[in-house]
Amino acid sequence: MMAAAKTDSLIERAEFAIETDALTKAFGDLLAVDHLNCRVPYGQIFGLLGPNGAGKSTTIKMLTTLLDPTSGSAKVAGFDIVAAPARVRSSIGYVPQMLSADGALTGEENLMLSAKLYAIPRAERQPRIADALEFMGLTEFGRRLVKTYSGGMIRRLELAQAMLHRPMVLFLDEPTIGLDPVARHTVWDRLRELRQNYGITILITTHDMDEADELCDELALMHRGQIAALGQPAELKAGLGPAATLDDVFARFSGGSIQEGGSYRDIRQTRTTASRLG
Amino acid sequence: MTSARLAPQPAAWVEPNAVAQVWRETFAIANVELRKLFRDPTELFTRAIQPVLWLVVFGQVFSRVRGIPTGNISYLAFMTPGILAQSVLFAAIFYGIAVIWERDLGIVHKLLVSPAKRISLVLGKAVSAGFRGVVQAVIIYLIAAALGIAIRWQPVHIFAVLAGVALGSAIFSTFSLIIACIVKSRERFMGIGQVLTMPLFFASNAIYPIAIMPGWLKVVALVNPLTYLVDALRGQMIVGGESVHGFASDFGIMILIFIVLSAVAARLYPTLLR
Ligand SMILES: Nc1ncnc2c1ncn2[C@@H]1O[C@H](COP(=O)(O)OP(=O)(O)OP(=O)(O)O)[C@@H](O)[C@H]1O
Ligand SMILES: [Mg+2]
Repeated sequence: MMAAAKTDSLIERAEFAIETDALTKAFGDLLAVDHLNCRVPYGQIFGLLGPNGAGKSTTIKMLTTLLDPTSGSAKVAGFDIVAAPARVRSSIGYVPQMLSADGALTGEENLMLSAKLYAIPRAERQPRIADALEFMGLTEFGRRLVKTYSGGMIRRLELAQAMLHRPMVLFLDEPTIGLDPVARHTVWDRLRELRQNYGITILITTHDMDEADELCDELALMHRGQIAALGQPAELKAGLGPAATLDDVFARFSGGSIQEGGSYRDIRQTRTTASRLG
Repeated sequence: MTSARLAPQPAAWVEPNAVAQVWRETFAIANVELRKLFRDPTELFTRAIQPVLWLVVFGQVFSRVRGIPTGNISYLAFMTPGILAQSVLFAAIFYGIAVIWERDLGIVHKLLVSPAKRISLVLGKAVSAGFRGVVQAVIIYLIAAALGIAIRWQPVHIFAVLAGVALGSAIFSTFSLIIACIVKSRERFMGIGQVLTMPLFFASNAIYPIAIMPGWLKVVALVNPLTYLVDALRGQMIVGGESVHGFASDFGIMILIFIVLSAVAARLYPTLLR
């Protein structure tokens, strides 16, 4: 009782959708995320950039309660990720870096599984699934097996899945990787609408500088587990000179090197998924 | 399109009734597993080949040896419940590799970010493994009948056999899940799966009674869950078959084993991503 009352007052006081305090994750000697301090206001589309292995996915995995931090803490939608993981999970949606919808199920079956796991009341499940499919332009494909979908359709299905339970915060790990330009723009449009119409907070990671520039309100450039630069896309560019692009910003703050150890596992997984679906 | 149904909802937190929650989540998982199974049932039939070979080839030959004391029943009848238990073990032990595969595809990530209780994710797999086991059992009943083995066809005995098989499948699939969480890679799992299944099979009463084993093997057989499954099935499935411990104690011991294994698996499941 006491504990519940205490966390409930937190949600009113929380100013930020995401707030980290010296958030750290070590894998052996490697500090994948190194005392990260970061705040994302409600309603923002926040972009996390950085070279391979910078710690973006690890940060997301901690914020979504998939990994426990080694030290430090974070709050998502006002809830502590370590002390109240169940409430964090109820408040967020997550799309992992690899294409992860279940290919052996139909689109609707994927969504129905989420509806049940997120405790959406029985009577609301079908209407919400229909709405989410329509919003993502997948209505006519709902009954088809996901392994017959294109990469863009799978991503849209995953977004539908991630927002079915009306989360406060969406975490999207490279949502447009491997998508053609049309599919990419469709995803951007849907994300903008979610933010515009419903005030959903969105944290995305990306290697696509156009995506960072056009879609994000604010960017953090990660390097070796720390934030090397933070600001609106225009500010970051202006900081380097009148004609600078985000590519210049990226090169400047990631030590000029695109390869930094790299996360072999995630790349391999993305490939596996791509070949499975391709 | 603007729909109120998509708007975020700061959840009015209702502390869920834990039992109802686990029930709903478990069957949500089992439901999709079974849909996948029925969409591609070939696996169910290929898994029936091995028990046929054991009964038709091995069983027929060893029936002539008459060196193994099987009481007042034929060797073939003696080994039939053992082969049913074996096929349950072999089918369930590969659940873990499917889970590693799902981890690599990101499916496990999605289950783990949902507010579902971790025990539900484990029980959902166990329920679907139990169902597969029951299908195996039906196939082996048919084979046994075709071989002229005297079967106890009374519904209560068939029900007892199916319940035992479902529980045994749940045990071995959960055990397999635990191994998957520890080894984490498909390659290592394949190795360990091979190394584990044969000893579990031979250090049990599946194809010879415990009474004729050397002392050290008796000890191993007594801590082997397969022994209790075989013993339970032997008393229920065939006419004249005798259970050493009795169905109730076999079933009780298996329930205890399952409770311990699922508690361990629920703790380990999230570590699959580490
Ligand atoms: N489970 C793990 N065990 C050990 N090291 C890990 C693990 N996961 C990530 N790492 C390491 O932590 C570092 C950060 O990885 P992370 O996946 O967070 O990078 P990223 O910024 O998402 O990279 P990418 O752009 O390639 O997706 C990398 O050096 C990676 O190899
Ligand atoms: Mg990554």
